[in-house]
This record gives sequence, C-alpha cells and structure tokens, in this order.
Amino acid sequence: MTSAPLLDIENLSCRLGNVDVLAGISLHLKQGEFISVLGPSGAGKSTLFRLLTGSAAASGGSIRMNGQPLSAAGRPFAFMPQRDALMPWRRLIDNAALGLEISGMPHREARRQIEPLLAEFGLEGFERSWPHELSGGMRQRVALLRTVVQQRPILLLDEPFGALDALTRLKMQRFLEALCLRRRLSVILITHDVREAVLLSDRIYVFSARPARVVLETRVDLPRPRTEPGRQQTDVIAIENRILATLFEGEDQP
Amino acid sequence: MLRLIRLPELAMRSAPAVMSVSALLTIWEAYVDLAGVPPTTLPAPSRVITQAFVERAALLSNSWPTLQATISGFGLSLAIAFLFSVAIDFAPRLRAALMPVFVISQTLPLVAIAPLIVLWFGFGLLPKILLVALVTFFPMLVALARGYAAAEPEIEELLTSMGASRWKRFIVARLPASLPYFFAGLRISITYAVVGAIFAEYAGAARGLGIYVLNAKNNFRADLVLAAVFVSSLLTLILFSLAVLVEWLSMPWHRVNGDDVE
Repeated sequence: MTSAPLLDIENLSCRLGNVDVLAGISLHLKQGEFISVLGPSGAGKSTLFRLLTGSAAASGGSIRMNGQPLSAAGRPFAFMPQRDALMPWRRLIDNAALGLEISGMPHREARRQIEPLLAEFGLEGFERSWPHELSGGMRQRVALLRTVVQQRPILLLDEPFGALDALTRLKMQRFLEALCLRRRLSVILITHDVREAVLLSDRIYVFSARPARVVLETRVDLPRPRTEPGRQQTDVIAIENRILATLFEGEDQP
Repeated sequence: MLRLIRLPELAMRSAPAVMSVSALLTIWEAYVDLAGVPPTTLPAPSRVITQAFVERAALLSNSWPTLQATISGFGLSLAIAFLFSVAIDFAPRLRAALMPVFVISQTLPLVAIAPLIVLWFGFGLLPKILLVALVTFFPMLVALARGYAAAEPEIEELLTSMGASRWKRFIVARLPASLPYFFAGLRISITYAVVGAIFAEYAGAARGLGIYVLNAKNNFRADLVLAAVFVSSLLTLILFSLAVLVEWLSMPWHRVNGDDVE
C-alpha cells in the first residue's frame, strides 16, 4: 500500500453562483482501487464529477493525475451519468460506441472493438436493439460497456443503479464487482446506498451536507467477492452502522 | 424492413371515419333535395362532384400554382427556420433579440398583410412564397428550439466528459433529440402552408385555387367554390401524409409496435 496515488485531489472547492458546493475536498485513488463517495442528496457529489469531467470549473484546489496537473485536453475519466443517458435514437451498439466515435475513431473500427465485449456484458444478440426495447439491467450494462470501452484510466460512476428495482440492483452490483476484479479497474462510485458502497468499495468517503467536506474516510478490509448471496457477514453490517451514524450525526448539526 | 400497416387492419381502422363521412354526405344530399335549396346557395354533394368533373381541367391547372407556392414557400420557411434555430441555440443573446420580432410577425393579421405583399411583389409566385413562409416560419422555429432544449442534460454532460465540442454536442445530441418536435411542428405547419398559399392567391393572382375560388364566388357558382375547397383539402391531406411518412422513415426507434400516429 505504498504506491503513489493515480489520482490525487487536494482541497478542491467549488462555488456555483452564490452557493458553496464543495468546501475543500481531498481524496485520492490508487491504481486498481474502488472508492465510493457517500453523502446526503444535494451534497455536491455529482458536482465533484462535473469538475473532473470538465462540465464545471473549480474555484480552488488541485486535481493531479500521476503527480501532474490535469490538462484540459485528454481527460483521463470515463463517466457514467445518473440514469443511463442512452440515446433513444441509437441502437445498442451505436450507444456503446459513442465514446470511441467522439474520440475520432471510425464507426466500423469502434464496432469491431465492441463486438467481442458484448458477451462479457450479457448483451450478445441485442446489438441492433433500440434502448427502449431493453430491460433496466441491460440498459445499465450498455452504459457500463460504453464507459469501459473508452479505456480511460479511471471510471466515474454516478449512482449507476439508483433507478433499478432491488433485485436488478443486486445483480448489477455482482456484475460490477466481478467486472472490476477481472479488469483491475480504478473506479470512483457515487451512491446513496450505504450497503452498495460497503459491498463494492476498498475505501469510502462520506461527505457532509452542502457545502460538502469529507467527514469520514474508512477502509473496507473484507474479502472479495462480497456480492455473492449469503456472504454478507456481520462485518458488513458493522461498517454500515458506523457510516450511517456519521451521516445522521451530520444531519443533527444546525 | 418496411413494415407497413396491413390492408385488413387499415380497413378496420378507417371504417368509422368512412361511415361518418358518408352519413354526413347523405344527410346533406337529402336535405338539399327535400327542402329544394337552390344550388347557388347550397349545392348537393352530387352536383359538386359532377361539376368538379366537368371543370376538372381548370381545377387541375389552378392546383399546380397553389401546390408550387405551398412547397416553395414551405421549403424556404424550413430552411430559414433551421438556420435561425441553430443561430439562437448557439447565441442566447441573439435569441433574446430576435424572438420578440418573430412573435410580432405572428400577430400581423393576414387579411391586411396579404394585399400589401401582393402590392409590393406583384401577382407572381414570389408574394405567395413569402406569405406561406411568414405563416409557417414561426411554428417551425419554435418546434426546433424546443426540440434542441429537450436533449437530456445527462447526455450532454456525458458528451462533454468524452471531450465533445459544443458543435459536436449539437450534432450528436441536440439535433436528434429535436426530431419528434420537428415533426410535430411539420404536421401542423404543412396545413397552415396550403391555407396560406390560397389566401395569398385570393388577395391577387393570375392563377391558383385562391383566385379560382374568388372567381367562382363572383359568378355565384357555390358548387365550384366547394369543388375547389375539396381539391385544396385533398392537397393538404396528401402533404400531411407525406410528412407522416417522412417522420415514420426518419425515426425508426419511434415505431415499435407498428402504431405511431397519435
């Protein structure tokens, strides 16, 4: 655990209009690590991602990638927005190819890169389907495929499973954990779901209500895979309770 | 690929409409016959049809200029509406400056404007094209502007994260998102377009359905007025169906179970 962080965020702050959204956030991510950001609604978790992807500008602090400041061109993040943001007018394969297409890859080449991955994502045989013909879980897997196939060093997942029914969400958590273990992905996950954060993460950051700061950073040293049914031990519950206590504590402050 | 509606299904679906229209025509015919209404006041449907057949050459030759004015005017209007919609999408200040002008253009009474345009541009095709464009430009502009704004913000943020420029985001997200709005606007505007062309001709023209109606009215030929009305309705219906067909062809993701006409 001595390796230098892949991503290092120092004292990042953001002011949108008259509202302080982030008040000095510091967090880091190592190669192959899975971290989660937990916090109350409207805390500014999505704003953190917007700063990373370039949709909004920070008002202070620094973001370093392998020790170097982020350059405007060539950001190292593949982003999966809330809901799936599939384009209804694109077939499955063309939705999955979006990132490659935007980066300038010819259409045919982009498809060639995606086709071998369809089976891994459980989407084989559906490449010509329209998004509205797919189930909720399949749509999320298309969105994940669209994110992973960009081959960026870090994945940013913004409440990817928030809109799914409970059973599908469990299945998707299993799918995501297996995917990350297999591919050694470096991931930042935003979620409301404490259980989801504990099951999936190596470390968890808990944000306060707006203006957001980190009120708790905790490791989750439990063996993987953790998302298999029947594997949820008392350790998971213990960590969950500690995080929930922090979240509620924050709420009581004036 | 093309999964058109099957014939028996079509017959089933249109049966109620066919029945109500035939009932209406039958009542009309019977009323004129039994009450002895003179044809100069209200001609029976049978008379309208036979007179339309007798006058078919004149009706047809007067339909062409109307169709020409409608299509050219509507084409012009679409081109201008598209250019302005893109401009105001990229420049919000331009939108604030232009929108009031466009709204005012819609408050001008056609009855007053049509003769003026004829006065300025003569009895040729140009004033008709301008009037059709004036009538249809605004609905198309609003439809397009609305459609661009309907693009999901998540999709735009996603594209930004992928490194897409504003222009690229417009092409990849905003433009396709506007298609359903565009076609909704197209269906409405195409009907305005025919009415606009006929109105322009009514205000002054050498040929066209509008001037034909005016002449028929001045000769107390109510049957020929109605015949021209019938032809113009037919024209509108054909153009409307074309719009629906183009919509069906250009939005394959919108037709799942074969029914798309709301």
